[in-house]
Formats: sequence, structure tokens, C-alpha cells
Amino acid sequence: MLRLEPRFAARARSGLFWFTVVLILLFMTIPAVVVIATSFSPSELVTFPPAGLSLKWYVRAVTYPDFQNAFINGLIVTSFASTLALITGSAVAYLIDRYAFPGRAALEAVLSSPLIVPHFTTGLGFLMLGVALGINQGYAIVIVTHVLLVLPFVTRSVYVSLRNIDPHLERAAANLGASPGRVLTRITVPLLLPGMAGGWLVAAVLSLTEFTASLYVTDAGTQTLPVAMYTYIREYSDPTIAAISAILILATTLVMFIADQIFGLGRILSIDAH
Amino acid sequence: MSAVGAGAPRRRPFFLPFLLISLIAAGLFLAALGDVLHYSVRLFIPGSIEVGGFTLANFARLLRPIYRTVLLATLIISFLTAIFTLLLGYPVAYALVRVRRGWVRSLLIVLAITPLFTGEIVRTYAWILVLGTNGFINSILKALGIIGAPLSMLYTSFGVILALVQFSMPVMIMLLATAISHVDRSCERAAANLGASPLMVFWRVTLPLTTPGVVSGTVVIFAWTMSAFSTPQLIGGGKVLMLSNLVYLEGLTNLDFPLAAALSLLALVVAIGSLGLMRPAITRLERKATLY
Repeated sequence: MLRLEPRFAARARSGLFWFTVVLILLFMTIPAVVVIATSFSPSELVTFPPAGLSLKWYVRAVTYPDFQNAFINGLIVTSFASTLALITGSAVAYLIDRYAFPGRAALEAVLSSPLIVPHFTTGLGFLMLGVALGINQGYAIVIVTHVLLVLPFVTRSVYVSLRNIDPHLERAAANLGASPGRVLTRITVPLLLPGMAGGWLVAAVLSLTEFTASLYVTDAGTQTLPVAMYTYIREYSDPTIAAISAILILATTLVMFIADQIFGLGRILSIDAH
Repeated sequence: MSAVGAGAPRRRPFFLPFLLISLIAAGLFLAALGDVLHYSVRLFIPGSIEVGGFTLANFARLLRPIYRTVLLATLIISFLTAIFTLLLGYPVAYALVRVRRGWVRSLLIVLAITPLFTGEIVRTYAWILVLGTNGFINSILKALGIIGAPLSMLYTSFGVILALVQFSMPVMIMLLATAISHVDRSCERAAANLGASPLMVFWRVTLPLTTPGVVSGTVVIFAWTMSAFSTPQLIGGGKVLMLSNLVYLEGLTNLDFPLAAALSLLALVVAIGSLGLMRPAITRLERKATLY
């Protein structure tokens, strides 16, 4: 009996701990569950629990012209922004990891500062820059803004992969006569591919869902999906947004789950703010 | 001998093109911030997006009581959000690091981290559904007979903070998980062998060893919440104002770019200031933690 008691106490403690963790995770996930439940509501009035099942808000969500245009705008902006961010971020990571030069710390600080600078400050700044350069209407300024916002995540991901490359592999290729360009394209980049792909994916998801800065730099013709959703929420209160949110929640959860299996999310996301 | 080895003058074949790309990116960001700085010292001409001469009047306008009230509200909301996120984030981060079963760990990662990627609009809208008059919480409380009339949680600071805490959890969990994973388990085992109870081990060993992560997590969330926009905008509904809402109001509604720029700079200074103040504290804590 005496020997069982501490074990019982340990069980109780661990049970209490996991109970707390589950409650906290419920707090984190309930909003998403409520959105998904609401999206099937048959009535225009958002009530809980929904009084039946209907797919009509999904139909409205995918046929609403503003959302269709915004979705296409988002795809255009995201595909350019995350690809440009991948190229730039890889260059920055290589530069910071491999070369010592004056101003390296300053360059690193400037390019990671979009993590700290409020998005509305960044958005306002790029809006003003767009006006100054005469490109405030069009995709260019939106793409540039998104590239800078997602760049720290790509740089971080590629940088971590670069650190993990065995330098002997590159040296061996060079000793065997490969030119620097050949070493880069045949050895370094293939070894970096997981980090680059993971970084690109995180960049794409963040760009697709970015809202605050986009609100400043987009106009009626270039607005992305989150901006169109914001406008809709302010004008209507029907569950169309619940339907489109449900699609986005399920899609991102799926993508994140797959990304975790392939790249290991923990590694990509080790965000260091200082 | 080692002409090709480390002793040879280092060839830097990709230095210039990579530097050029990096400098273009850094230059664009600095140009955008420079524009904010530039507009903040130009005179606002009502009814026009053209600005007048150089002036410090925009910063003088920041001293008005309304802006002081909003700044104070922003600081309080950000502080409470950071504290509550820490209290709720720690157990999840601890579970994430210490759980042994692979699938539980994967599930925890996906549940804890995915909310970061659904975007602020989706998450803010979700909270409108949870907090609304006929929303999730009120429906449950009414069905259980706990309340007669619905509670008003939308358009209150409580609702805004609740949503902001949920919003900030993934980042807090990631920062704390990193700190907890660096704790040397042998310190914990030594304390346990010397007779400390598991709670005592946590309180006297694990928690002190993770204080750098705790402090940096709290400050990062504080700075992060300072820049939250859609949550106070939609859940606050104009009744809970933060700096971000004023920047939007002045910049995009009143087209008063100079005042919006001055407000943005204020938010930027507070965000960077709090992160800057944190650094010496963390260095000190890290040094202390290695002494244990």
C-alpha cells in the first residue's frame, strides 16, 4: 500500500496536468470548431447551435464575385511574393552564413525587423512609398510589401539548413574540380531544398493570410482575400464568411499537418525575435 | 601546401550578386520606414493628400488627451494579453517538449501552431461568433440556466483580450518550447534524487532555468499585441481603441497621413523600446541560469 501511494499521487498530478493542457487546447480550438459549425447553418441569422444543415453559404462564398477576384489576386500576389522571398531569403542566408563583411549585423537586423515593426507601420510606409514612386495602384507594391514581411521566415529556414550542411561535401566537390557555380547548383542547393521548400511554404501561407499591411497597400482592383473578407464582415452578418473561413481552416490544417510530416514544423518555425 | 584549403585567399564568387539582392530588399524596407518618418514631420493640409512644409506639429498633436488615453489602453491591453498568454502557454509548451509519444506530439504541434496560419481575419471572425449576443458562450450559458439575459462580451476589452490571447498562443508556445527543450534534465533528476517533490523540482529548477524564455516570450507578445489591428477593430467595434485603429482612422479614413505617420512612429518606438529593454534583463537571467 505504502509503495502505491506515491505512484497514485504522481498519476493524479499528471492527470491534472493533462486535464489543464486539454482545457487550454480547447480554448485554442473552439473558435475554429464554432466557425465550422456555423458554416452549415441554414439561416441568415448566426445562432448557436445552428438549426439544421445547409451548404448554401459555401455556394455563396465561392460564387461571390468579390471573393473570386480577391482569391485570384491573392494567388498572383502570393506566388510572386513567396518565390521572390525564397530567392532573396536564400541569398541573405548564404551571405550571412558564409561571408564576413562590414555591416553584416546591420543588414541582418534591418531584414529581420519586419518581425518587430507593426504591420500597420509597414503597410503605411509602403503605401507612401508606392505613392512616391507612382506604383500605389497595381500588384507591384503589394508584392514588394509581402516579400519584406515573409522574408525573415524564409531566411531563417534556409539559414538553419545551411548550418546543417557538412562543409566537407562542398570542399570535396571543389577539390574534384567543380567550379563555384557548379558546387552551388549541384551540392549546396540540393542539400538546402528541404529548408527552401519549408520556408517557401510558410511564406506562401503567411502571404495568403496577411491582412493588416495588405489593407493599406491594396485597392479595389488588387485586394486580397483577407481584405475582401474584412469588407464583407463590415457590410453583412450572414455566415458566408464562416463558410470561407471553414475552407481556409481545413486547408491550412491539412497543409500544416503535411508540412510537419515532411519538414518538421518545429525546425522551420524556431523564430528568434532577438 | 594547402593552396586549396583554408589557408588560401578566400574566393567569394557569389558575394556581390547576393549582397546586391539583400541590399535592394533592405533598401526598400528602409525607404518605406523613411517615408513614415518623412511624413510625420510634414504639415497636414486638410482635404488633400499633398503635404505642406516641415513641422513638429504632428507630434504636438499626439499629446492630446484622446491619444494619451488610447496609448495607455494599448499598453494595458498588450500587457494583460502577454501575461495571460504566458500563463496559458507554459503548460502547453511543457507538454509539447516532454511528451514521449510521437503522435501526441504531432497532434499538439498541429493544434498549437496551426492557428497562427489561419490568418487574423478568420480568427477574429471566429471570436465574433463565440462572443456574440447569440453566440457560442451565451447559448451554452443560457442552455445551462446560468444566465437569463445574454452577457455582452463583444465590444469590450475583455473580449478583445480573450481573442488576442488565443491569437498570441502559438508564438508564445514556440518560444517557451525552445527554452524548455534546452533545460538539462540531469539538473531536474539531481533535485529529485535529493528529495525535492516534483512540484518543487519544477518551481526551483525548471522554471528558473526557463526564465529567459519566459521573459522574451512575454515581451515579444507584448510588442506583437501593440501592433494588433483586426481584433480591436472588429471585436472592439470602435469602443475599444488601440493605436493601430487610430492609425487606420487617421491614415485611410481622414487621409491625414502626417498624423497617421506620427502615431505609427510612436507604436514603433514603444515596440522596439520594450524589446530593447528586455535584452539586458535576458542576458542577466541567462548568466544567472547557467550558475544554477
